[in-house]
Amino acid sequence: MKTLALLATIVTGALLLYGTRDFPDWADPQSPTSTHVSPYYIEHGVEETHAPNLVTAVLGDYRSYDTMFETVVIYCAGMVVVSVLRRTRS
Amino acid sequence: MIWQFDLLILALVVICAIATITVRDLLAATVIFGVYSFLMCLLWAEMGAVDVAFTEATVGAGVSTILFIAAIFRTTRRSKD
Amino acid sequence: MKRLQERANTRPAGQGLIIETSVRIMVPFIQLYGLYVIVHGHYSPGGGFQGGVALGASFILLGLAFDLPTTLERMSERSNALLANAGVLIFTGVGAMCAILGGYLLDYSVLTAIIPMAAAEWRSLGIFLVEVGVGLAVMSIMVSLFWDIGSAGQMDEGL
Repeated sequence: MKTLALLATIVTGALLLYGTRDFPDWADPQSPTSTHVSPYYIEHGVEETHAPNLVTAVLGDYRSYDTMFETVVIYCAGMVVVSVLRRTRS
Repeated sequence: MIWQFDLLILALVVICAIATITVRDLLAATVIFGVYSFLMCLLWAEMGAVDVAFTEATVGAGVSTILFIAAIFRTTRRSKD
Repeated sequence: MKRLQERANTRPAGQGLIIETSVRIMVPFIQLYGLYVIVHGHYSPGGGFQGGVALGASFILLGLAFDLPTTLERMSERSNALLANAGVLIFTGVGAMCAILGGYLLDYSVLTAIIPMAAAEWRSLGIFLVEVGVGLAVMSIMVSLFWDIGSAGQMDEGL
């Protein structure tokens, strides 16, 4: 059973490594990720949002819908832990 | 991006990942996991993603390690299997 | 001498004069740094999430060096729950306000109807309001997670 698990791990890892061959190079300007929306953010980000840190501009303004539900997910996790674990003293 | 530096950090990341799952003492595993988080933080900072590195340093290495330790204090220290 | 030794032996694990004093000095600076990270998120790495975690970590550090009731003195259960709800409500409230005023959800530029400013300035201010909401929510959630996991929900003494 243990050798089987090891074999499965090695095969999965080899497949994943083979899959990374199709990835674009690090910081490749011709890759699809840096030819569609990234140029728009870089060119218009500062004048539209007055935020020199582009990561904040994208997280807080352009993709704030994502950030909103990220916060809601953290809130839900905290509330679940409180309601499951906490014993209120009378 | 300096490839020698990259290679060193990646090798240490792999070593830490293997050590985390092989070590018997749960507290030691947690501490090594914190080291793993810091190495990932270093890797991201070195690749230019400073915001992600910051998040990893605060959440991954800081708070989650403490939460793991707090959970371990409620269990027995050594792994049974 | 013997009494001192006895007291040192009966002290709970992890508590000591050096740790308590250094934590007492460090905590205000950590909180100041957390606030700086939230407020300065427009110009430097950081933002609501990271700053909120740093703020929460200062309370967790207090809880580790002293005990859980000490953190409860600084931030009560009630105010913790209040802050978590207020943070999420600030974020969703700002987003909903944009929709109510006739724009898209979370499109801060329509908020010029409330305070007349340039659209880009309102978007900058909107990012700031949202980051403050995220910071408040994350801070109180982290502290309450530490309380509940560290004391198994009993809220008595902690680790």
